[in-house]
Amino acid sequence: MLNSKELESLKKLAKVAREDIIRMSLHAKSAHMGGSLSCVEILVALYFKIMNIFPKEPENQERDRLIFSKAHDAKALYATLAERGFFGRKILEGYELDGGRLPGHTTRHCVPGVEVSAGALGHGLSMAAGMAYVGKQDNRKFRVFTILSDGECDEGSTWEAILFAGHHGLDNLVAIVDYNKLQGFGFTKDVLDLEPFAAKWLSFGWEVKEINGHNFKEIVGILSKLPLKIGKPSVIIAHTIKGLGGVPIYMNKVSSQYRPPSEKEAKEAIKKLKKG
Amino acid sequence: MRVAFVNTLLETAKKNKSIMLLTGDLGFSVFEKYIEELPKRYLNMGVAEQNMTGVAAGMAMEGRIGMAMEGRISVIYSIVPFATMRNFEQIRNDICYQNLNVKIVGVGAGFSYGPYGHTHHGLEDIGILRTLANLTIFCPGDPIETTLATEAMLDYIGPVYLRLGRAGEPNIHKTIPSFKIGKGILIEDGTDVTIIGTSTFLQRAWEVTSSLKEKGLQVRLISMHTIKPLDTQIILESTRKTTALFTLEEHSVIGGLGSAVAEVLTENRVNVIFKRIGVPDRFTKAIGNQEYMRKVNGLYVEQIVNTILEKLK
Repeated sequence: MLNSKELESLKKLAKVAREDIIRMSLHAKSAHMGGSLSCVEILVALYFKIMNIFPKEPENQERDRLIFSKAHDAKALYATLAERGFFGRKILEGYELDGGRLPGHTTRHCVPGVEVSAGALGHGLSMAAGMAYVGKQDNRKFRVFTILSDGECDEGSTWEAILFAGHHGLDNLVAIVDYNKLQGFGFTKDVLDLEPFAAKWLSFGWEVKEINGHNFKEIVGILSKLPLKIGKPSVIIAHTIKGLGGVPIYMNKVSSQYRPPSEKEAKEAIKKLKKG
Repeated sequence: MRVAFVNTLLETAKKNKSIMLLTGDLGFSVFEKYIEELPKRYLNMGVAEQNMTGVAAGMAMEGRIGMAMEGRISVIYSIVPFATMRNFEQIRNDICYQNLNVKIVGVGAGFSYGPYGHTHHGLEDIGILRTLANLTIFCPGDPIETTLATEAMLDYIGPVYLRLGRAGEPNIHKTIPSFKIGKGILIEDGTDVTIIGTSTFLQRAWEVTSSLKEKGLQVRLISMHTIKPLDTQIILESTRKTTALFTLEEHSVIGGLGSAVAEVLTENRVNVIFKRIGVPDRFTKAIGNQEYMRKVNGLYVEQIVNTILEKLK
């Protein structure tokens, strides 16, 4: 599926995105570095390998849509969009800063490529399902991808949307859960256990696959076979690590959601990324 | 009002293929004809109002081929509290923040669902929705205004809330008035007292006006069918033409028409006798039909007339 050259190129892109995320976190003294780092490979694979997109024509009606529901991790989306050429990299420097163009949680069309305003959890899947429904009704070719956090699967509205998409067999809809197992104030298994997670989606009429969300071969492999089943919406449960490739002391810890890196930590993390 | 709404919706939707009707599992004996004629432009979303609102936003973001500029017009429908409160955050973020062409239709304004209890009463909707930027709020007062408001709503591009009564409200207008968004309608002119009525209380305002006239007062009666944007001009004009002004609404006295008018009066340093007449700030344990619930809350015609006369003393 992926030759070694392509794999290397994707890995390189992921490193650049991670660097950007660390820099944005540092400059804005911003939270949510951990969840941004955990979905880097997913976003890079989607924008560089999977989705049918038009960076210079972001409103093209034929484009695949990405509804980034876990919008608190917008840094990851902005970094990927900038790398893919939707807007100039200089804009990243204004992330969360006075007069900048990139809010901490996305605003629709704040920059080209950002499809929806989001930030309150449990909204994205419904909007994605609405788009997918009319896409099917009008026999359109586009697909709708949405990235959810595990924490937002606590929201009742997410399950309303899961029920809806399953009922209507929206096989042009693909949900990817960034299952990094950590939410706002604890591990998901301790706060509100989602398990058996895959079985829940399955019983709501979705086709489910679980993958390592940091392994490009697995991500691209599965996302090249969409829909997972004709007549059903697809969900990819991506097992990930919160804070991967960032500041080691925050990795897989609640603090990765809140602590921005210090100057020194950022420098070391970036150095390590460049080396590794 | 429901009948006027659904007939206008159906007639418009037959011509405008971008209209999509979503309901939160309600509409028995209301939507059957619509469903029969336009089955593909109707969806029962189940009892899932948050998802209904998000899906409507998603649909509104998608244009139709050949009609891309206009996009879809999603109309969502439920009883007032379920159409506006359960899904308030979706209305705020998905619809208003993104300024999408979604129409929120709440049925059962005030005590329309009287005996069902407070869970089904629509008493705070205007108060909460009035705070949302980009949202236009229509509160038609009779079936004629409902038809006009529904047409205006479907013609206007942007988020709209349409507040409906239930069924069987009489027409107050004798002829078809001119309906402009954000412009109150002067039904009668007078020089003593101004009565501004809205939504299900246009009828009450009319009844109160008749009673005050019998008592020898010259009454100016206005239907305020749009609460947002509010017609400040007609309010200020009324304070020059009459010395007292009363707002009538089947809504909490907090946050609705009365509050909106009070904001205009105070910011313009107007010296006028003024009272908000509406549902007091309390839940009651009373059980009864719409008129009974109104009476319990001091909103019978005679009670309102007395309140006004008392204030005029």
